[in-house]
Amino acid sequence: MSRDSVSRDGVSRDRMSGGPLAQQRPAGPALPGGFRPGRGGFGGGGHGFGRPVEKARDFKGTLKRLAIYLKPMWPRLAVVVLAAVASTALGVISPKVMGKAITNLGRTFGMRLIGLPAGVDFRYIGHIVLWLAGLYIASSLFNYVMQYTMAGVAQKTVFAMRRDMNDKLARLPLRFFDGRTHGEIMSRMTNDIDNISMTLQQSLGQLITSFVGIIGAIIMMFTISWLLTLICLLTLPLSFFVTATIARLSQRNFAAQQMELGLLNGHVEEMYTGHKIVKAFGHEGKAIDQFSQINERLYNAAWRAQFISGIIFPLMNFMNNIGYVLICVIGGIMVTKRRIELGDITAFIQYQRMFTMPIAQTANIVNILQSTVASAERVFELLDEPEEIPDTAAAATIASPRGEVKFQNVRFSYKKGVPLIENLNMQVRPGQTIAIVGPTGAGKTTLVNLLMRFYEIDGGSITIDGVDIRDLKRGELRRLFGMVLQDTWLFNGTIRDNIAYGREGATDEEIVRAARAAQADHFIRALPDGYNTILNEEASNISQGERQLLTIARAFLADPAILILDEATSSVDTRTEIYIQKAMAELMKGRTSFVIAHRLSTIRNAESILVMNNGSIIETGTHGQLLAKGSLYADLYNSQFAKAHVDDQAV
Amino acid sequence: MVKLFRFLKPYRVQIAFVVGLVFLQTLSELYLPTLMSDIVNTGIMRSDVDYIWKVGRLMLLVALGGTTCSIAAAFLSARTAMGFGKALRARIFAHVEKFSLHEFDKIGTPSLITRNTNDVTQVQMVTMVMMRMMISAPIMCIGGIIMALSKDRGLAWVLAVVLPVLAVIVAFVANRGLPLFRTIQEKIDRINLIVRENLEGIRVIRAFNRTDYERKRFHDANLDLTETSVRVNRLMALLMPVMMLIMNSTTVAIIWFGAVRIDRGTLEIGNMMAFFQYSMQIMMSLLMASMLFVMIPRAQASADRINEVLAVEPEINDPEMPRHETSDPAATDPAMAESESESESEGKINTKSDGERGSESESRSGSGSGGRSISTGLGADGEKGHVEFRDVTFRYHGAEEPALRDVSFCACPGEVVAIIGGTGSGKSTLVSLIPRFYDVGDGCVLVDGVDVREMTQEQLRAKIGFVPQKAVLFSGTVADNIRYGKEDATDDEIRRAAEIAQALDFISEMKDGFDSEIAQGGTNVSGGQRQRLAIARALVRRPEIYVFDDSFSALDFKTDARLRAALKKETAGATVLIVAQRVSTVMSADRIVVLDQGRVVGIGTHRDLLKTCEVYREIVSSQLPEEEIA
Repeated sequence: MSRDSVSRDGVSRDRMSGGPLAQQRPAGPALPGGFRPGRGGFGGGGHGFGRPVEKARDFKGTLKRLAIYLKPMWPRLAVVVLAAVASTALGVISPKVMGKAITNLGRTFGMRLIGLPAGVDFRYIGHIVLWLAGLYIASSLFNYVMQYTMAGVAQKTVFAMRRDMNDKLARLPLRFFDGRTHGEIMSRMTNDIDNISMTLQQSLGQLITSFVGIIGAIIMMFTISWLLTLICLLTLPLSFFVTATIARLSQRNFAAQQMELGLLNGHVEEMYTGHKIVKAFGHEGKAIDQFSQINERLYNAAWRAQFISGIIFPLMNFMNNIGYVLICVIGGIMVTKRRIELGDITAFIQYQRMFTMPIAQTANIVNILQSTVASAERVFELLDEPEEIPDTAAAATIASPRGEVKFQNVRFSYKKGVPLIENLNMQVRPGQTIAIVGPTGAGKTTLVNLLMRFYEIDGGSITIDGVDIRDLKRGELRRLFGMVLQDTWLFNGTIRDNIAYGREGATDEEIVRAARAAQADHFIRALPDGYNTILNEEASNISQGERQLLTIARAFLADPAILILDEATSSVDTRTEIYIQKAMAELMKGRTSFVIAHRLSTIRNAESILVMNNGSIIETGTHGQLLAKGSLYADLYNSQFAKAHVDDQAV
Repeated sequence: MVKLFRFLKPYRVQIAFVVGLVFLQTLSELYLPTLMSDIVNTGIMRSDVDYIWKVGRLMLLVALGGTTCSIAAAFLSARTAMGFGKALRARIFAHVEKFSLHEFDKIGTPSLITRNTNDVTQVQMVTMVMMRMMISAPIMCIGGIIMALSKDRGLAWVLAVVLPVLAVIVAFVANRGLPLFRTIQEKIDRINLIVRENLEGIRVIRAFNRTDYERKRFHDANLDLTETSVRVNRLMALLMPVMMLIMNSTTVAIIWFGAVRIDRGTLEIGNMMAFFQYSMQIMMSLLMASMLFVMIPRAQASADRINEVLAVEPEINDPEMPRHETSDPAATDPAMAESESESESEGKINTKSDGERGSESESRSGSGSGGRSISTGLGADGEKGHVEFRDVTFRYHGAEEPALRDVSFCACPGEVVAIIGGTGSGKSTLVSLIPRFYDVGDGCVLVDGVDVREMTQEQLRAKIGFVPQKAVLFSGTVADNIRYGKEDATDDEIRRAAEIAQALDFISEMKDGFDSEIAQGGTNVSGGQRQRLAIARALVRRPEIYVFDDSFSALDFKTDARLRAALKKETAGATVLIVAQRVSTVMSADRIVVLDQGRVVGIGTHRDLLKTCEVYREIVSSQLPEEEIA
């Protein structure tokens, strides 16, 4: 179940942010970098024009750290930059060259027009055509080199980031994981990394080519005619103004749309998850009314947002056309005045496009960069989390563990200032059973956390066979334990692999033996593929009880000195439960066991009982002692196991 | 996708306008190069400055007109596409609200949520883009071709060569590229799976010292993804340069062959310049169209999922002629039935004083088990809150084994009937048949003597106060959540319900008392508190039938005891069905129904069952100390 919600979390953020907002990228005839197959472009990409962008808190610092990741690849990056510059520069030269051909043809045409006999100078034209072909081919080639190289750079960079994040997760203390949702961590490893990869792959090159293109085009224009250039540049401030205004407007509307969409999604999620209740209380109509209200508000916000972002392209196109007309008219007049040549007009028309398109996209590129840096910041944030205390160098070892556990004055708290366990003293001799009892949610996993050193104790010590657990390597310590929890964790793989998880390098024979001991062999063999049955993602192809048997088998295989067991079998049918009981009893033989107990027999036979409530251990003692005391344990025992006197008064 | 476009129907006029406007806008865009060629041919070549100004002004007007058209089109298409999304979303939601749990099980709740939200958004977005580009691309392409031909037929063959080449390349990339992108997605999913498993199983992984193994697993997947991504992106790196090259070669070809035609005197220079621009426009529109082809398959997947939902016919529908319990022929003696039911129904509608209820329950318990066995036989005697199962067999969709088999029992007002059995024995299934969350396969479920299928769902469910296993709360205040059971409940009623449900203490401790906000899913209150609020919600309804589906599990024993004591008074006149795991919860019930693998293996009191029912004895012996059993 938690898997479901987690995967939804992970996906929905991506989809939602990309979904309705991604089509704002102007779809004009922008030559460089217009086509983003798969994601991006017009698709459901993460970057969209006009949507609210999360900003990084420390833009510069994060950028610097990002640069550190790119550093090992600087030779390749240099290639990328050089190729981008070369490709764009060559591209920038070609309109002028082409203009020469037009000028020449125009001259011929003009002479014909006034009756002079003139033929086209095919040698000259041929020359230019060859030049042009050469320029275009070289430009495309460099462009290819750039993108080809960038593919390697981008992917290797995010590879390293992903690797570092995963390594980091392995070193983070449990405290970190318990403190946040899986979706939150997943989102950093998927959406944020994806975002960075996308930007590196596509936007970085685009940034360089746009920049070089604008500069190059302006320079070339100046070499042709400074007057015409200035006239063209006149449209620039106007373009900036329009872009900025609309960007601001649409951001506001997109924020509204996003909010309503969030509300609507929340409502749908709530009504669908609570469908049973909605039905039971006959509130379908109310649910629909509420939905309609939000839906109407969403519609109003959405069409405004879409409209405003939708007019940016027509407006930019209009600016473009004004420039176009100006060039045609003023350029035309200048040609008649012999100030410029005819070909210069065609060249100008192309140059003008070359620098207005990137400018129209400036806002977009800025957004992309901002959201990328924000993503990178989240990634680095995770990489900066404080790690577990490293294992001591000269770690002790326990050669043949007996399973003697001692708690001495142990103090512990999850939150500073809210002590949970104070001064816990307890001695467990090898082979003894400790029952942990308490109502649901009493924090019975705390003990597991401390024993396995998932959390560090605040004071006192826990020793195993006389060795302080903090002097052991974590790996060494955990090897001493076997764990069978109610939350049966199985992974996507064969049953064999899942059992073999208990010990690296286990033979098939050992695996089968463990399964047999865990009463799991017969059901495994009954499956179509036996031990090679692949458990699907939710492991829904075997029952809950069977899953538990597999985890018991895993513990058998690990053959630990100390066991931590959760007896709860609430979601298991009676027959399987009997198997589980048997298997657990078998497993506990001769091992020190900490049992989260639900069965009377276990509790009665335990050498010591820990009674927990609200996260802390409130009583310890044997069954008899605790009953005699007549406090919480006695109440608990009476309510759950004895013929409860309260029941006679109740229902 | 096409199927969904029926939701666009109300927007026919708008769409027609969009098409028209886009058409005009495209025309203006196409007209500009022609005007430019006029400037060149006539103005420049003949040095006619006035003409240049004149045409220039015309060009500005044309550009302005085009822009106006496209802004109007943007307005209409935004409203159309978003309106389409709105209608689609609303339709799905209203449809899904009619679903029974069966349909929910079939599609899955998370999937339904995604379909109603993300999938609609996806489809809506593509519609938006289609409105923007799908209309203009073909017009631009065809218009461009016509204009180019009108400028010079002799150069048209250049286009005839280039365009198919372009089409082939686009097709090739779409063909090769898209599957590769799918592969990448699969590999990303694989990484996500590993990360998720690592997060969920972190204790197990660390306990078994498998961190290094997991790291390697991740590393392999990471490397695999990286290699594929590099390969795909390197392939894709070809795309842009090749496209650019083709377009640029077209220009080069036009210059060369144009020069030939100018030499022959068959082409004017301005027309050649216009021809350039037309060929660019044609190719751009083709590229735009090709991008749509990338988008549509993805939207198609969403559209399919939506259609699937819309195609599901809710299997539980209200009968056309709902029957009222008063018309029940079984109630042969109207006078007797009336007298019984009157006081009951009063209790339901107006709040009856506690004393009255209390005395009634006393007299009831006084009548003992004898009276009950009689009512078992009688079935529908007109009492309010009578529940009967008659040979009910039920199987979940696609299940091999029925979840319930030949279940028969009945529960009468004033009775507490407990249902016990192992997990998977069908307890929850059984009680969810009463509010008709599912329809039975064979047999029937009768409430107040009427088959539940013959009442409207509203009628039926108004009689029932249901407390589910997993207490679901909604966002809103505490009071809102309790009021969910009875919309017109007064503050006093809410307070009382909370008090009985033992929720008053913790509610008053909350910052805003009854006005405290509950987060979505009730995540800001504990499991026990959630359950108590869910119980209060059922109580405020004062229904004829209470169904508690294992609803006390998260309560600590003291609250549990107090709650049940208080409940006993409150529910005295009603029929109470309790699903439970603990023997201690069911021991004092008037009747216990023991289920094992969907069959009733025993009905009776605790004492009876201990003697007669093996399964019950097993359950008891696993929970109670031996001396207590005897």
